[in-house]
Amino acid sequence: MAGNGHRDVVIEVRDLVVGFGDHVVLDHVDLDVYRGEILGFVGGSGAGKSVLMRTIIGLLPRRHGTIKVLGVDLAKAADAQRQAIERRWGVLFQQGALFSSLSVRENIQFPIRENLKVSQKLMDELAVAKLEMVGLDAGALDKFPSELSGGMTKRVALARALALDPDIVFLDEPTSGLDPIGAGDFDSLIATLQRTLGLTVFMVTHDLDSLHTVCDRIAVLADHKVIAAGTMDVMLASDHPWLRAYFHGKRSRVGDPAEAGQGLGG
Amino acid sequence: MSNRLLEGTTEGDRLKLAAGGAWIAENARPLETQIDGATRRYRKAKHVDIDMGGVERLDTFGAWLLERLQRAFSARGCDTQVIGLKEDYRALIDELHAVKPEAAPKRRDGGGFAYALASIGESIVAVGGSFASIVNMLGALAVALLRILVHPRRFRLTSMIHQLDNVGWRAVPIVLLITFLIGCIIAQQGIFHFRKFGADIYVVDMVGILVLREIGVLIVAIMVAGRSGSAYTAELGAMKMREEIDALRTMGFDPIEVLILPRIVALLIAVPILTFLGSMAALYGGGLVCWLYGGIDPDIFLQRLKESISLDHFEVGMIKAPFMALVVGVVSCVEGLAVRGSAESLGLQTTASVVESIFLVIVIDGLFAIFFASIGM
Repeated sequence: MAGNGHRDVVIEVRDLVVGFGDHVVLDHVDLDVYRGEILGFVGGSGAGKSVLMRTIIGLLPRRHGTIKVLGVDLAKAADAQRQAIERRWGVLFQQGALFSSLSVRENIQFPIRENLKVSQKLMDELAVAKLEMVGLDAGALDKFPSELSGGMTKRVALARALALDPDIVFLDEPTSGLDPIGAGDFDSLIATLQRTLGLTVFMVTHDLDSLHTVCDRIAVLADHKVIAAGTMDVMLASDHPWLRAYFHGKRSRVGDPAEAGQGLGG
Repeated sequence: MSNRLLEGTTEGDRLKLAAGGAWIAENARPLETQIDGATRRYRKAKHVDIDMGGVERLDTFGAWLLERLQRAFSARGCDTQVIGLKEDYRALIDELHAVKPEAAPKRRDGGGFAYALASIGESIVAVGGSFASIVNMLGALAVALLRILVHPRRFRLTSMIHQLDNVGWRAVPIVLLITFLIGCIIAQQGIFHFRKFGADIYVVDMVGILVLREIGVLIVAIMVAGRSGSAYTAELGAMKMREEIDALRTMGFDPIEVLILPRIVALLIAVPILTFLGSMAALYGGGLVCWLYGGIDPDIFLQRLKESISLDHFEVGMIKAPFMALVVGVVSCVEGLAVRGSAESLGLQTTASVVESIFLVIVIDGLFAIFFASIGM
C-alpha cells in the first residue's frame, strides 16, 4: 500500500504559511495525501497539527500557499464548487462537536437531510446502520449529546462525519480519551471503512498504536514544517532527533522490532 | 443512469434481479423507490438471486438498500443470495448485514386533548418547582451569609468588586439616559393633558411622586434584570455546561459562596445606587420638559416639588430597591444553575430568567404598594 509512483493526490498542500499575529505556526509546509491511504499526522503538542487540518478544511485563513482538495483550489473555487467539495469530506472534531440541541439520531441525519432528498424511513434506517457501524447500538439514538460518555461522543461524531459517505475523512485525535480496547476497535473500524469505502483518511493522532496498526503513511510536523513523510519503516530508520525521541521513546513499542504490530504498547 | 439501477426477470418461482449503475447516496431516492417496487411486484418468487455484478459504485446507502431488499424477501420466506459482488464491497455488506432491525422510532404525539392537559399540568409543576428552587436558593444564601459572618475573610471581595463594576458602574450611563427620557415623557404627557383643566402646575406633583415612589425603582429593576440578570444566567449556565461548577465543588468550595453570593451582594449595592441616580435623572428630565415645553420656571418647579413630596416618597422607592435586587439576583442565579447540557437549554433558561425576574419585580412592587398604603406612607 505504500508504493509511491503515480498515485492520485487528493489533498495537495504547497508552500503553506499560517500564523496568528507575530506567531508563525506553519512555515512553508508541503504535504500530499494520496487517494485511499490512511495518513497519520503527528507532531508535538501545540506544533500546529490541528492548525494544518483546520486550514485545509477552510476554518483558518492562510497567509501564503495553495491547498487543493480533490484537484480543486478551495481559495479560488466558486461557492457551489466549494460546497460540492465540502460534501465530499467528513470531519471528526476533537471534542466531537455534536449539536447539543439535537438527539443522536438527528445529529447523524442532519447532513443527509440537508444535502440529499432521502425518505425519512431510509434516514432512520441509515442512522441505525451508521451507529452500529461505529460500534454503538440503537439504544443511543434518542439520547442527547450531554448524556453520552466521551467514547460514545467520539463514535457518534464519527457516524455523523461518515453520514454522507465522504471520500475524505479528517480525524482530529480520534482515539484520545478512549480506553485501549475502544481505541483498537476504533482503529480497526477506520481501517474497515477505509477499505470498503475507498476512504482517504487524514488522521491527526498521538496514538502510537494507531500509527503502527492502521496508518499507511506518517507525516511529521516539527519546527513549523513537515520534516518527514513516509511509512513507519522510514520513520523508524530516520536519524532526526525528534523522530528518534518520538518513535524510539519510552512509550514506543519498537524496543523489540519483532513485537511491532502485536499490540503490546508501552 | 438512475433509471437502470435494478431490473427483474422471473423464471417460474425464481427471480433474478440485476443491479446496475451507481448505488450511492446521490441515487438513494430512485434506488429506494425501485427496491420497494421490486419487493412489492414479485410476490410469488421463492428464490431470489441478486446480481450485483453490474454495480459500478457502492456506498453505505446502496449497501443498506441491498440489505433492505434481502431482508424484505427473506421475511417472506424466500431464499435470497447475492452474486457477482466485488470482493472490495464484501466487508461493507457484511457490516450492514449485522445491523439489527430497529423498531420504528418513537415520535412524540403532538396532538389531542390529553396532551394539552398534560402540558398544562407539566407547566404548573414547573412553576411550583421554580418557586421551590428560589426558596431553596434564598436558604442557601442565608447559610452562606452566616458562614461569611463567622469567617469574614472568606468573602470574595475581589469578585464582588468585579461584579459591582459590571452591574453598577458600567450600567450608570444607560440607566441615566433611559430614566431621563422617561422623566421627560411623563412630564410632557402630564402637561399636555393637565393643561386642558388649567392644572399645569400639578404635573410637578405627578412627576415627583411617580418617579420617586414607582418609576425610578421599577425602570432600574427591569433594566438590571435585562442587562445583568441575563448575564448572570448565561455565565453560570456556561460554567455549569463546562463542568466548572462541579470542579469547584470537588475542590471543596461552595459554588453559592464563591460564585453567587458576590454577585448578589454586588446587585444589592448597585441597584439602590442606580435607583437613586435614575430617580434624579428622571426628575431632571421632568424639570427640563416642564421648563422648555410647559413654561414652568426651574425655580417654581423646585418650590412646587418641595411642597408636594416628602421624605416618605423617596424612602418608599429606596426601600424597595434592595428587594428588587435580591429577586433579580436570586432568579437569575437559580436559572443559571438549572442549565442542562445543550446550547438550547442555555437560551431557554436565560429567557426564563429575564421573564421571571421582571414578573416578580412587578408583583413585589404591587405588594409593597399595598403594604405602604396600609401603614400610611
